Amino acid sequence: MATAMAMNRIQHLTGSNNLVPDWMSKEVSTGTTIMAVEFDGGVVIGADSRTTTGAYIANRVTDKLTPIHDHIYCCRSGSAADTQAIADVVTYQLGFHSIELDEPPLVQTAANLFKEMCYRYREELMAGIIVAGWDKRRGGQVYTVPVGGMLVRQPVSVGGSGSTYIYGYVDSNYKSGMNKEECLRFTAGALSLAMERDGSSGGVVRLASISEEGVERRVILGNELPKISRA
Amino acid sequence: MSSNNNEWRSAAVSTGTTIIAVRYDGGVVIGSDSRASMGGEYVSSRVINKVVQVHDKIFCCMSGSLADAQAVTNAVIHKLNFHSMQMGEPPLVQSAASIMREFCYNHRDELSAGFIVAGWDRKKGAQVFDVSMGGMVVEQEFTIGGSGSTYIYGYVDAKFKPGMTRQQCVTFTTNAITLAMDRDNVSGGVVHLAVVTESGAERQLIPGNKLPVFQRI
Repeated sequence: MATAMAMNRIQHLTGSNNLVPDWMSKEVSTGTTIMAVEFDGGVVIGADSRTTTGAYIANRVTDKLTPIHDHIYCCRSGSAADTQAIADVVTYQLGFHSIELDEPPLVQTAANLFKEMCYRYREELMAGIIVAGWDKRRGGQVYTVPVGGMLVRQPVSVGGSGSTYIYGYVDSNYKSGMNKEECLRFTAGALSLAMERDGSSGGVVRLASISEEGVERRVILGNELPKISRA
Repeated sequence: MSSNNNEWRSAAVSTGTTIIAVRYDGGVVIGSDSRASMGGEYVSSRVINKVVQVHDKIFCCMSGSLADAQAVTNAVIHKLNFHSMQMGEPPLVQSAASIMREFCYNHRDELSAGFIVAGWDRKKGAQVFDVSMGGMVVEQEFTIGGSGSTYIYGYVDAKFKPGMTRQQCVTFTTNAITLAMDRDNVSGGVVHLAVVTESGAERQLIPGNKLPVFQRI
């Protein structure tokens, strides 16, 4: 291990990388596919489960759907360390805010807290986050905070490295007015397609649906994924 | 959004593009968008046809650097014509793909262009070949290429079914290119199509206002 560390330092200085595998020096990243869809009465969120350091899969069963409050979740993509740190801070801030208000927080509030942090520290961070949840004022909402710190509400949002491959599929298959089951199938289908094409996405599909009643989580294992592609 | 508005003047013309070819029982359908861009900022042509006829029943689609793609395509047309005259019969699609690959591989350090070669010949019928940038050749039932293709991998994986009819292939191709043009800023314009069968080749142009409309999110 000491030899590897020494080699690492030499590599870093000389710039070559034959002596030590790339995953010993690469940052942990959730190269990923995340997605969230609004429906009347709530939201459906989904993510793959692969975390990579270079070519090594550090965690093949990652949970990228992180609770921020009772009815608000966030989907994380980008640097695993950055997104975990941001989510922890926002969870604290939102929890405090909710106690002050003495009522459940708004999804828009959570989204704005993420945006504030991601925009203020945009030079140091690498984080793409989708905030989704349910509140009494506006029902199910999806807000996307991509790298750079923009904030926009969308009925459907995809993110992460695998999302580029499914823009066409999502654009053509999304219809407004889908119910919860249709949204779950749509999300699982889109994530499966992305996982098949993106090397940084894979593992299992994690889904969650958030509504007034609460949060319902499920996992779709590799052999149970919808077989959409004919390969 | 960019601070320097003149960067495109020194950028090379590129067919940031979307190209696709799909075969069905009896022929192939080939399609492309029509935008040529410089530096991703300026559209130097909004009506170029990237579907080029290299022989009577063999077409190829260009992607990447427009200069490189045109140079290679012209060289292939010349060589294929000569080969066909020597053999005394229409060339095979595989021959066209092979000639294309020769250029792309031997000059792989200088060139920056990818192609799709598709057509019909008497020996194997309809075929689609993907000749990618370094010179690899893969025969497939359908293939997509260009910068816009990344956005439609999920769509074409889900939508393609073996055994489609000609009309289904035309719809499949048009929809795929439209979806890619909607998301890729260096693909756009109109959809150029070509359908090649045993009886010959037929070109089609679908203008912007006749393209399918998908739900705008």
